[in-house]
Amino acid sequence: MPDIRASDIPAASPPASSPGSKPAGADSALPAPLTEVSAQRRFLLSRGNSALADRVFKWLMVLCALSIFGIVVLIVWQLVLRSQLTWHAFGFRFFYQTFTNPDSHQPMYWDPVNSLFSAVPFIYGTLVSSFLALLMAVPLAVGTAIFLTEMCPRALRGPLAFLTELLAAIPSVIYGLWAVFVLVPILREHVNPLLTQWLGWTGLFNNDNPTGLGFLAAGVILAVMILPIISSLTREVMSAVPHAQREAALALGATRWEMIRMSVLRNARIGIVGAIILGLGRALGETMAVTMVIGNTPEIHRSLLANGSSMAAVIANEFTEAVSNMHLSALIEIGLALFMVTIIVNAFAQVLVWAVTRGAPAQTR
Amino acid sequence: MGVSIQVTNLNAWYGANHTLQDINLNIPANHATALIGPSGCGKSTFVRCLNRMHETNPVARVTGSVRMGGMDIYADTTPVEIRRRVGMVFQRPNPFPTMSIYDNVAAGLKLNGYSNRRALDEIVEKTLRNSALWDEVKDDLKKKSGASLSGGQQQRLCIARALAVDPEVLLMDEPASALDPVSTSKIEDLIFQLKAQYTIVIVTHNMQQAARVAENTGFFLNGRMVEFDSTHKIFTNPSDKRTEDYITGRFG
Repeated sequence: MPDIRASDIPAASPPASSPGSKPAGADSALPAPLTEVSAQRRFLLSRGNSALADRVFKWLMVLCALSIFGIVVLIVWQLVLRSQLTWHAFGFRFFYQTFTNPDSHQPMYWDPVNSLFSAVPFIYGTLVSSFLALLMAVPLAVGTAIFLTEMCPRALRGPLAFLTELLAAIPSVIYGLWAVFVLVPILREHVNPLLTQWLGWTGLFNNDNPTGLGFLAAGVILAVMILPIISSLTREVMSAVPHAQREAALALGATRWEMIRMSVLRNARIGIVGAIILGLGRALGETMAVTMVIGNTPEIHRSLLANGSSMAAVIANEFTEAVSNMHLSALIEIGLALFMVTIIVNAFAQVLVWAVTRGAPAQTR
Repeated sequence: MGVSIQVTNLNAWYGANHTLQDINLNIPANHATALIGPSGCGKSTFVRCLNRMHETNPVARVTGSVRMGGMDIYADTTPVEIRRRVGMVFQRPNPFPTMSIYDNVAAGLKLNGYSNRRALDEIVEKTLRNSALWDEVKDDLKKKSGASLSGGQQQRLCIARALAVDPEVLLMDEPASALDPVSTSKIEDLIFQLKAQYTIVIVTHNMQQAARVAENTGFFLNGRMVEFDSTHKIFTNPSDKRTEDYITGRFG
């Protein structure tokens, strides 16, 4: 719009051009030549061109974005700085080395007394418990989301969605307590013996651990904890799939499941993978509940029923008790390892998303 | 080959809203039948009752009978079975965006486990030719997504998808209303060719369209069918005053 001045505004428009829009009396009541600038126009003219406001806003947003970048850089900087001792002692071998116990000749990874440190069992424990959690949580979460978006009666939808989201609000120490007092005894008494009996031949379920703690317990509790994140995000992306897509599949003679597979899951798959990545992120970093049930033994076992430890768990357990500088440095380097594992897993997931969606472009509507 | 459709005392509701009232109608096989009427008169609900899509809405309800080729679709069969026999094209093109053009056309067959790849290739080519889309897409059948086409091409792709299962009846719910005039005339030409092989029921807002493609036309008003006759008669000498008012543009 070019500048409009009060003098450009025509006098009252001819009545014929707006039939019936105003009562005739209102038109005739207007002063014939409109010379005065209206109050709202005067107000708007006084606002200037607002160039400064736009510039300030832009830089504020740039600052916000940079601050996140800055925080990440600072964290890495501190982690690197404070893990100098172990870094000098072991170098990159910290992430893969194995020691041997001089007495039992068994592999050994973590001996604070003799200042022998390796991140291997903790990386292993974090990855194993997180992937176990995904294995259990993803089908359950996607199933829940499918039920809530596609089948649930409207009246039940709200309460059920609220309940699943409520799971996310429970503090992790409560999950840990529940796991210690309820889940672990159940696993110990009922589940683990059955797993050993039926699946013992795989080597993954050797029930030689009488405590019931271990990777499986950690995986189960993690699964419960990441379930609400995955299912509520999945529900969100599924309900965003256009109704026309469902009708298209139904009109071709699809059954309910075929319709869900063909239009809902296919269209929502990118979002679902995103939800899984977020859940995985939480599982990798989860500390309290895992510390309480994983067994806290820096060992590597093929059996999922054995005790283990995770990166977050060893930091939480030993940080306050670490007396030697070397031990402290090792724990901080474990933090660095956790940071890197998270980045690598996320990068891998991004590649996965890219591979899944490469053939056909996403919804472009 | 198409089959004829006999509709007897069809009533439909959306919640408390009685959208179709006592519809009785015989739709002949292998002809195009147009349904016209003002917005909200129930013509879309009517075609959605012909493949039981109406009942996918949880508050919807239907009574009465619809016979297709001697089978009562409400009493003798399931919605899934009837929809395998009745193709449908919607108002807005809705190809599957995550599938290639080829997979879009083959979707109905693949869904039902049809796996003869050579036969599938032939069917896809034949239906795309029938839908007047083959020349425009043959080079990137498996490369491009169904959503990458233009609106008119997408709608022809949706027609191809419906035809690939060789349906007995083809329902079209305002198939050209979201399209430009050039795409619209392509769709109309297509309907004209297809009606030799399929029973076509087409809902339209555009009366010229009804006059151009359909042998028979039904006029709907406020949930009732006011008049059903040959298109020629409806547009030149309707028996009901309301039909005449509508086609001469006095309302609607």
